[in-house]
Amino acid sequence: MSDLTFPIARQQPFDPPEEATALRQQGAMHRLTFADGHLGWLVTGYSAARSILADPRFSNRPERLHPVVPARMQLQRDVPPGFFLRMDAPEHTRYRKLLMGQFTVRRMKALEPRIEEITHSCLDALQAAGPPADLVESFALPIPSLVICELLGVPYEDRVEFQEATKILVNLETKADDALAAFSRIGAYLSELIGRKRSEPADDLLSGLVEDLNHEELTGVAFLLLLAGHETTANMLGLGTYALLTNPGQLAAMRDDPSVVENGVEELLRYLTIIHLGPVRSALEDVEVEGHLVRAGESIALHLPTVNRDPSRFQDADRLDLQRPAGGHLTFGHGIHQCLGQQLARAEMRIAYPALLRRLPGLRLAVSPEEVPMRSDMSIYGVHRLPVTW
Amino acid sequence: MKITADTTVCIGAGMCALTVPEVFDQSEDEGTVVLLREVPEEGQEEAVRRAVSLCPSGAISVS
Repeated sequence: MSDLTFPIARQQPFDPPEEATALRQQGAMHRLTFADGHLGWLVTGYSAARSILADPRFSNRPERLHPVVPARMQLQRDVPPGFFLRMDAPEHTRYRKLLMGQFTVRRMKALEPRIEEITHSCLDALQAAGPPADLVESFALPIPSLVICELLGVPYEDRVEFQEATKILVNLETKADDALAAFSRIGAYLSELIGRKRSEPADDLLSGLVEDLNHEELTGVAFLLLLAGHETTANMLGLGTYALLTNPGQLAAMRDDPSVVENGVEELLRYLTIIHLGPVRSALEDVEVEGHLVRAGESIALHLPTVNRDPSRFQDADRLDLQRPAGGHLTFGHGIHQCLGQQLARAEMRIAYPALLRRLPGLRLAVSPEEVPMRSDMSIYGVHRLPVTW
Repeated sequence: MKITADTTVCIGAGMCALTVPEVFDQSEDEGTVVLLREVPEEGQEEAVRRAVSLCPSGAISVS
């Protein structure tokens, strides 16, 4: 047994839990008791985390993984068709190969003018409504939501249904029955949508896949891409804006110096690491990791917020510095599952942060920093709301 | 320095094309790595090494 359970509770909004930082100072690998009692491992060091993510001897299949928090237990079952994030090679490879041509650097560059239009129309609406405002509702969520809906071919007016169900699904307090009900609701909606794509194909990503995937597979792919396209960038935009508002020097650099933006986005990804509950992998055979023997069947949880603050990889890692070399962070993962949409996420952030800060130079929090509600209770970290004025 | 690319393990993350667009591209349909030149020009070598270290699937290497 180990007394250690997965560290979640934070003392500061942007820093990893102090417990996790203290563990990293003792070493990279720790015995961890998972939420179902399984004795596995916690990784807090950068090089160990990176090597595990790239190693095919570690599986990502949910039936092999033990949950880090109780709420995840209900979701760790069979992989629905098309949910390739939770598959291993070569099953995973088939889906990834079908999709990766759609998310190349060049394709995402070609989308930039449209992302700019969407961003500016959100800012127009924000300005027209006047202060105060919740930036999650009026900026951080609608921009990636509009972009991914358009890319996939999901009618934007259907988003409310989807977003409500998603909120239930990613809330760690949600009971198993409610999560399954929310899962079925989204599945039913998308299944109907895919049926329409089949009968009336349009010029969008999902229509482009009707020949390659069967109905269930394409419904799963749509589910995964829609979920990933909403929850991630939205939380980076909300939490990143909050971090900049409390670091005025860094905010000014993002606003005023275009040469800072690209690397600044990498640094925000590293510093904020919104993936805070894993990922988890399971050893398919005995594997030695930095002198520790991980036995076949043992689960291994990576504490990415702490890993991305490892001083052996990033100097002065606890400081937000938009001009440091921030590349190599593991926020998008590493290995075969590294984020498919990462170039889209980068494009959205490179456009949205400076556009917001230039449009509203007087932007500031409308509440005291400790009143900003943090998403410690959600599977992806961020802010629930960001009340601002200008 | 000579660069080699293995499209069979490439997962189309795009880190190479993002880091050194003068040397790496991605195929239009597949998204896999396309080498624009096998031997980098002077001044590109450090960026090529950075791209190799950022590649999530080990699809590119230098010798």
